[in-house]
Amino acid sequence: MLFTIIIYVLLGIGVFFNLLGSLGLLRFPDVYTRLHAGTKCTTFGSIFLIGAVFLLGLKPWILQGNTDGSVLALHAAIALAAILLTNPTGAHAIARAAHKSGVKPARAVVDALETPKKKQVKTTVKKAVKKTKTTTKTTKKKTTKKPIKKKEAS
Amino acid sequence: MIPDTYPTEFLIVLLFLSLSIIMAIIRIVKGPTAPDRVVGLDTVNTIVISSMVLFGAFTQEVIYIDVAIVYALLSFISTLFIAKYLQGGEL
Repeated sequence: MLFTIIIYVLLGIGVFFNLLGSLGLLRFPDVYTRLHAGTKCTTFGSIFLIGAVFLLGLKPWILQGNTDGSVLALHAAIALAAILLTNPTGAHAIARAAHKSGVKPARAVVDALETPKKKQVKTTVKKAVKKTKTTTKTTKKKTTKKPIKKKEAS
Repeated sequence: MIPDTYPTEFLIVLLFLSLSIIMAIIRIVKGPTAPDRVVGLDTVNTIVISSMVLFGAFTQEVIYIDVAIVYALLSFISTLFIAKYLQGGEL
């Protein structure tokens, strides 16, 4: 009885998140926000749906010691692992391809990937100048301090 | 053999999943740019995988779940190739 209640709850959560994901795919204004809705929500919902099948396979094994459903549980777990490994990677590749093909995010104020070359060059030049100044100062101090110590020691 | 199954509940879940597949297909038809259509295709693939697993539990045959595993890997490879084509690389 407890197993059936848990399976119902898992099925309900999974269906809810899958419906929310596809609704967001319809309603959001942009490729990137649609990616958020269509990939994350669907992955989260399918975790719960396949978890319900996993519990359904494990139920006779736990309650009666009957291992006939273990094949179902094991294959469902392998399918879940395949989804969890492949789905975020595909979403990352789609987002990268969309940004490289020139699709811009709607209503975005700052696009951090827009002009990275000029800012990076300026900041790296400033950092390099600062590093050279500090290193010359420290070397001068060290060179001036070292012979004094030697005289004191001698 | 699994002693007690949940036929009607799994069928209701499959009905809702087909409704969400229809919503994703509307996005594929309507999408203004090509990456929108790829996102809709990815969503349809994921929902089809989970509904295949549910259908395998409904009919008590494990081979549907094996088909779902192979479908997941093939859809991943096809998504990667479409993304590679969209960003302008050589196939």
